[in-house]
Amino acid sequence: MAAYRSIRNFDWVLVLVAVFIAALGILQIYSATIDTAWRSAWWKQAVFLAAGLAVMWITTRIDYHTLLGQAPMLYVASLGLLVLTPLVGSFVWGSKRWIPVGFGFKFQPSEFVKLVLVLLIARYLAELKSDRLELRDLWKLGLMAGVPCALVAAQPDLGTALTYGSIVMAGVFFGGIRWQHALMLGVTAALLLPAGWFVLKDYQKARLETFLDPMKDPTGKGYQVIQSKIAVGAGGIWGRGVARGSQTQLRFLPVAHTDFIVSAFAEEHGFVGILVVFGLYFLLLMQIVQNAQAAPDRAGMFICMGICSVLLFHLLVNAGMAVGRMPVTGIPLPLMSYGGSSMLSVFMMLGLVNNVRLRRFAA
Amino acid sequence: MRYLRAEREPDSTPGPLFRDEAKFAAGKIAAFQYLVVAVFVFLALGYWDLQVLNEEFYSEKAQQNQIKSLPILAPRGKILDRDNRVIVDNHESYRLILSRENLRASHLRPIALGLNLDPAELEAKVRRYSKQPTYFAIPLKEELNADELAFVEAYLGSNGFPELELIKSQYRIYPKGGLAAHLLGYVSEISDAELNSPDWAHHNPGDLIGKTGVERYYNEHLTGIDGQRQVRVDNRMNTREVLGIKDATPGRDLQLTIDLDLQVVAELAMENRRGAVVALDPRTGEVLALVSHPSYDPNRFSSRITAGEYAALLQDPYRPLFNRALQAQLAPGSTFKPIMALAGLESGAIDDDFTVHCTGGATWYGRYFKCHRRGGHGTVNLKTAIAQSCDVFFYAVGNRLGIDTIAHYAELMGFGNKTGIDLPGEKEGVVPSTRWKIRTQREKWYAGETISVAIGQGALTVTPLQLAHAVGGLAMGGVFLRPHVVRLEKPEPPLRNAGFSPENVRKVVDGMCAAVNGWGTASASRIPGIEMCGKTGTSQLASNDLLRLKNSADWHDNAWFVGFAPPEKPEIVVSVLWENGEHGDMAAPIVRDVIKAYFDKKQRLERLGRPPASLASAWLRTPGSAEGAR
Repeated sequence: MAAYRSIRNFDWVLVLVAVFIAALGILQIYSATIDTAWRSAWWKQAVFLAAGLAVMWITTRIDYHTLLGQAPMLYVASLGLLVLTPLVGSFVWGSKRWIPVGFGFKFQPSEFVKLVLVLLIARYLAELKSDRLELRDLWKLGLMAGVPCALVAAQPDLGTALTYGSIVMAGVFFGGIRWQHALMLGVTAALLLPAGWFVLKDYQKARLETFLDPMKDPTGKGYQVIQSKIAVGAGGIWGRGVARGSQTQLRFLPVAHTDFIVSAFAEEHGFVGILVVFGLYFLLLMQIVQNAQAAPDRAGMFICMGICSVLLFHLLVNAGMAVGRMPVTGIPLPLMSYGGSSMLSVFMMLGLVNNVRLRRFAA
Repeated sequence: MRYLRAEREPDSTPGPLFRDEAKFAAGKIAAFQYLVVAVFVFLALGYWDLQVLNEEFYSEKAQQNQIKSLPILAPRGKILDRDNRVIVDNHESYRLILSRENLRASHLRPIALGLNLDPAELEAKVRRYSKQPTYFAIPLKEELNADELAFVEAYLGSNGFPELELIKSQYRIYPKGGLAAHLLGYVSEISDAELNSPDWAHHNPGDLIGKTGVERYYNEHLTGIDGQRQVRVDNRMNTREVLGIKDATPGRDLQLTIDLDLQVVAELAMENRRGAVVALDPRTGEVLALVSHPSYDPNRFSSRITAGEYAALLQDPYRPLFNRALQAQLAPGSTFKPIMALAGLESGAIDDDFTVHCTGGATWYGRYFKCHRRGGHGTVNLKTAIAQSCDVFFYAVGNRLGIDTIAHYAELMGFGNKTGIDLPGEKEGVVPSTRWKIRTQREKWYAGETISVAIGQGALTVTPLQLAHAVGGLAMGGVFLRPHVVRLEKPEPPLRNAGFSPENVRKVVDGMCAAVNGWGTASASRIPGIEMCGKTGTSQLASNDLLRLKNSADWHDNAWFVGFAPPEKPEIVVSVLWENGEHGDMAAPIVRDVIKAYFDKKQRLERLGRPPASLASAWLRTPGSAEGAR
C-alpha cells in the first residue's frame, strides 16, 4: 500500500480552480433561470458542488490501486446500469439517459461510466509489458470502449458515446500506438464515415447538417446554433452584465443553464469573462497534466491523462458548439453546466487525480 | 495487486515497479500539452470572432429577436346617414397573423386544420408572400370566433406554433340583410392585383381596403393611420415590456346624403325583385336612396368569406354583386319620351298644335311600327301622348328631330356620359348617333333606327341613375347637378344649365302629371295630397344576359318608372328599374312608396318637430350583436 501523506499534499490549486469554475457556473445558472421553472437550479447545483467535494474526498481516500483492482467489476456493473437505463429510464427530450433515484433526482449512469472506462483502460495499459501496442491490444481496447459506447449511443446520446472514444484515443496515444496502426485506423475511419451516416438517427443527421449550414433551417434545426451565436456575439468584449443578457433572459437561447451555459456566460460576461473561464480551465488541465507527469506509476499516468483528455474533449465540443465550430451534441460543460451526475463524476475524476498525486511519494 | 508487480523486476526490492517507467510517456505528454494549447486557441478564436469582430452584427440580431413592433390598427371612420344615424360601425375583434420569421413549414397543415382553412390554400398564400421581406406577416384569419380563439390560445407560444400572433383589430359592421350593400361597399384584404396598381401604391400586403361603393371611393377619408406598439418579447412572443406606443389615428367619419328611412322603404319595395331604385334631390344632386337588388351581405366580405362563397356570388346568374343602379345599361323604353318631348319643343321640331292620329301603328321607312295600344289612341297632343305613352306620336317627333338632334338633347340630359357620382364603377350607357354608329360599327345610320330610339329602344341604353338625373334636371328647367352620396362642404355649381324654356318644361311636366293623376299609364299609383309626376317605361330585353336563362319569367320585359314631386321646384326624383317586371305601371308603386315616405317624413317633421319612428333601426347591427365579438 502506497503511503498516503498529508492533507497538505492535496492539490489545492486543482481543487480551488475547480470550485471557482463551479461557482461561476452556479452564478450563471442563477442568472439564466430567474423567473423560470428552473429557478431552484442554482442552489441544487450548490448542493451538487458540496456533494462533489465530498465524493472527491472519498475518491481520494481509496487507493487508486484498489480501484484499479476493482475495475473489471465496476465495468460489469456499469454495463448493467447502461442496459437498465432504457428499461427504467425516463424520456427527456427524446432520449432515455436518466434513471430516477427518488426525491425528484435523476441519475445519469453514462457520466460515471467515463470514470470506470478510465480505470479499466489505465489498468490494461499498465499491465502491458511493452511500450508498443500490438493490433490485438487495439482490438481489446476498442471492444472495452465499444460496448458502453454502443449502449449509450442507443439511448440515444451520441455526444457522451464520443467522450468514451476520447478516453480510448488518449489511452492508445499514451500507450504507444504504432504509427502504421494509427494510419490504418485513420483510413478505416475515413472509409467508414459515410457508412456511419446510415446508422445515425434523423435528429443526429439533422444536427450534422445544421453544423455544416445552420441557415438551412433557421427556425427549426439550426435555431439553437443561431441563437447561441447571437448570444455569444451580443455579449461583446465586456458582456451585458449578470441577468442582463437578452438572449438568455428572454429565453431565445435554448437550455441556457445546461448545454448552452457557456453561451449565456459569454453573453453576460463578454469575451473577457470567457478568457477568464478558459484560463481557469487551462489551469485545471495543466494541473492534471502536471500530476500525470509526477505520477508514481504507469497506471497513475494513464488515469490522469485519460481524465485530462475527456475533460478537454468536453470543453472542446461544448464550448465549440456554442460558437458554431462544433456540431450540436448534448454533452455538458464540466463543472459549469447544471446537472448532478456531471458534477459528481467530474469531482470523482479530480479525486482520482488527487489520489494519484498523493501517492507519488510512495515508498 | 498482482498486476502491479512487474514480471521482470530490475531487482528484488519490492516497491513501485513502474516508478521509473512512469516517465516513459514524457514526450507524448509534452505533445499533449501543445494540443491543449491548440484547443484553447481554437476556442478563443471562435469567441474572438463573434464577440470582438462581429459584436455589432450579433447585437443587432439580438435586438431584432426581442424588439417587435406590433401594429395598432386604426379604426375606419363610421358612415352616417343624412340625419347622423350610424349606418356602418366598427367592433373590436381579433385578427390572427402568421409571423414569417418563426414560420415552420411543418406547422402549416395543423394550423390550417385547427382554423378550418384549406391547407393547400394556406400553403399557396405562404408561397405568394415569399418575395416580401420576412417581417411582413401573413394575415391568417379575421374576426376569430370563440372556437378559433380557443385553438389559438392553446397553441400560442414556442411550445405550440410560435408563428401565430393575435392582434386586436377593428371590424366593420354593415346593416343586416344586405341593406344598401352596393352603395356602401365593403372592405377586404388588398389583393395582389391591387398591390401592383398605382392606386394602392402606398399600401402593404394584408391591409384592409374599401373594395366597392363608398368604402372604396372614400377609402382615404375613412382610413385612419395605424399606430405602433414597440415591445420587448421573449421567445414565446410574450410581451415583457412595452417600450413605446404610437397611438393610432382613427379614420374620419363620413356623412352621407342618404336618408335611411327612404333607403329602407326602397329596399322593402324591391324585396324579391331584381332591379334598382335611385332617389335624388334634383335641387342639390344629393342621393337620398340608392338600391340594387338582389343584394349580398357585406359583413361576410369583411373577413370570413370563403372562396366557395365568393365563387357562388360571382356565378349567381342574377349577379348580386352587380350594382344595377349605376351599372345596368338598359333601354329606357317610354321613360325616354319626356326627353323626346322636350327636345321636340326646344328644337322647334314640334309646337303646341302638333298632333298625331294614332291608329295602333304607323309605317316608317318601309317598316310598320306598332303602338303599345293595339286599337290606337286616336288623335293625341303632346300632353296625352306623354300621359298615355303613345308610341306613334313619338315616332313622328323622332322622325322630325333626326337622330343627331335626339342625341344632342339626350347628352344634354346626361345620357351617354357618367354623371360623376362619387361611387366607383359607374357606366355611361349609349346614346346612338350617326357618329356613334360610324365609330363603333363602321356603318351608316339608317333613318328607320331613329324611330326605335324615339321610344327609348334601339341602341339607346341608360342607367337608373342617369334616368333620375335626367328627369330631375329636366323638371328643374335644365339645371343638372352632379349626383353625390356624401354631404358636400359647400354647394357645387350645376354641371350643366341647359336653360330650357320654362314654358316647354311646364308642358312636359303637365304630361307627366297627367300620367299619374289623370287618365295616364300610372294612374293607379297616385298619392292623395301629393302631386307626383312620372313616366312609365317598358323595354324589351336587349343587353340583358339573362336571356340565357331557361326560366320564362326571366324573358319578361323590364319595367321602368321615373317620378318626381312636386311638379314645380321638385324636391325628389325617383327612378326605378324592375327587371322582368313586365310593364312600367308595375314599377310605379315603388316610386310612389318612396315619394310618399319622403313627404310623410317631411310633414311630420314640420308638424311635430321631430322625425317619425324609424323603420331603419331594425336593419342596423350594433357592435354588441356582432358575431365573433368577445
